[in-house]
Amino acid sequence: MGMTMTQKILAAHAGLGSVRAGDLIEAKLDLVLGNDVTTPVAVGVFDEAGFESVFDPEKIVIVLDHYTPCKDIKSAELCKISRNFAKRFGITHLYDVGQAGIEHALLPEKGLVAPGECVIGADSHTCTYGALGAFSTGVGSTDMAAGMAVGENWFKVPAAVRVTLNGTLSPFVSGKDVILHLIGEIGVDGALYRSLEFTGEGVASLSMDDRFTISNMAIEAGAKNGIFPVDEKTREYVKDKVQRPWTAYEADADAEYEREVVIDLGALRPTVALPHLPENTKTIDEAKGMPIDQVVIGSCTNGRISDLRIAASLLKGRKVAQGVRCIVIPATQAVSMQCLQEGLTEIFLAAGCAVSTPTCGPCLGGHMGCLAAGERAVATTNRNFVGRMGATSSEIILASPAVAAASAVLGRLASPEEL
Amino acid sequence: MLSGKVFRYGDNVDTDVIIPARYLNAPTPSELAKHCMEDIDPSFAAAVQPGDIVVGGWNFGCGSSREHAPIAIEASGVSCVIAASFARIFYRNAINIGFPILECPEAAKAIQNGDRVSVDTATGVITDETTGQSFQAVAFPPFIGQIIENGGLLKYLKNRRKG
Repeated sequence: MGMTMTQKILAAHAGLGSVRAGDLIEAKLDLVLGNDVTTPVAVGVFDEAGFESVFDPEKIVIVLDHYTPCKDIKSAELCKISRNFAKRFGITHLYDVGQAGIEHALLPEKGLVAPGECVIGADSHTCTYGALGAFSTGVGSTDMAAGMAVGENWFKVPAAVRVTLNGTLSPFVSGKDVILHLIGEIGVDGALYRSLEFTGEGVASLSMDDRFTISNMAIEAGAKNGIFPVDEKTREYVKDKVQRPWTAYEADADAEYEREVVIDLGALRPTVALPHLPENTKTIDEAKGMPIDQVVIGSCTNGRISDLRIAASLLKGRKVAQGVRCIVIPATQAVSMQCLQEGLTEIFLAAGCAVSTPTCGPCLGGHMGCLAAGERAVATTNRNFVGRMGATSSEIILASPAVAAASAVLGRLASPEEL
Repeated sequence: MLSGKVFRYGDNVDTDVIIPARYLNAPTPSELAKHCMEDIDPSFAAAVQPGDIVVGGWNFGCGSSREHAPIAIEASGVSCVIAASFARIFYRNAINIGFPILECPEAAKAIQNGDRVSVDTATGVITDETTGQSFQAVAFPPFIGQIIENGGLLKYLKNRRKG
């Protein structure tokens, strides 16, 4: 019996010739990630267990992105714990305000993840790096502590769901619409404990940014990871970023898949997820018109340069509607700089958007755009759970940057085709 | 043997309602416990008694990787969570901190809010004392059983290193 791409990477990191779905293995880690919310808990666990060294200070990354720039004293104290821990063990990859960005946009950009690597992160959206052909998955703080201490962790080898992508996307349809459509099809536990293995001739047409968005929300289908094959676009992306050797793994022809889903990219419409679950999807044609109070364009899902380019192209020469607040958050310092250089920042400001320094802020109702009771937002973020962005009676509609920008201009949930 | 009154919730109980992100900067488990389940059941923190049991439907604990979620539930005094299924990160986190969870679709369906339930974590037998029904939870693989027996992942790793 052959192996999926995910199974091959796990087997290689466990030093095994082959693995099967359901096997419990211990795999070596190429990178361990934490943020300002999860690292302090991991530090507590690490110290309580009495560990006095980390497995490799070069393979630990701490990104202070959730409540930063610190929103209050408690958050500042948490960041201090992370900084002190990094100092104590010579962890050089600590990304603080001014160099940082949202972790899952930052790590690929810095070349910290390469194809074929095995990565855990104490943040559920760590699955983003599957776009690079790596195995990466979200874990908790105790897993992070264990990973930092011993450089390996236990995994249950996942069974797989194969998602075959055919055709090419239409204008104004993006990776966000692909993943929302998929979650709508299979549900928020449709891939529970499984890997999502993306394949098919349609993959080649997807940009790396589209692939990052798709892998990013694998967790919203309950998946352990969501992985793409390594192709010319992947090689081009990592060429100037990654200097160390890496391996491209391919699924065996006879790999086993528990379920198959086929998506015709050309047939997809801009898709949104209505409150309060990412599986509550509708096409924009079915859902447009709902009144809104706020728009958020950013996050680890959709804060990359191509996201901001499409948003700017729709906001150019237009104004954010009266009564709507539009918050734009480039995901990293580099993306912010690129926005400035390409004139996107000027377009956003002229349109009446608030443009922020990188932060996860509003996505999790942390700061920089919380919602009051009864308010409704269109957001390019990844979760629309009850109270996620603020008051429990507030509502979040998940959408692509194009839909979010069009909605900001028209003051209601809108299709970019209406502009 | 664990025993307590049941607080029952539906499917897809997410980590944002278990412990809303606005409290994630709280410094201690007891501080987190004050806001546990706040966005799905504002009366939970005041009503829950030591030993009580949370019962959920499918995909309990979906969403964020925050270990604060099982930590907050445990610090509330809850003795275990029974669900039809668990989201994978919550499942890992609970095992890793040594907090008992039981996967049992039949129990999750039959047990009602307010029932008195007892759980034998060694055998996985769940008994609804209010109705007299018994259920068998899905057994843990031996490796995961070892982590639980050691009181969590870090203790398991330390003990293994000593051994």
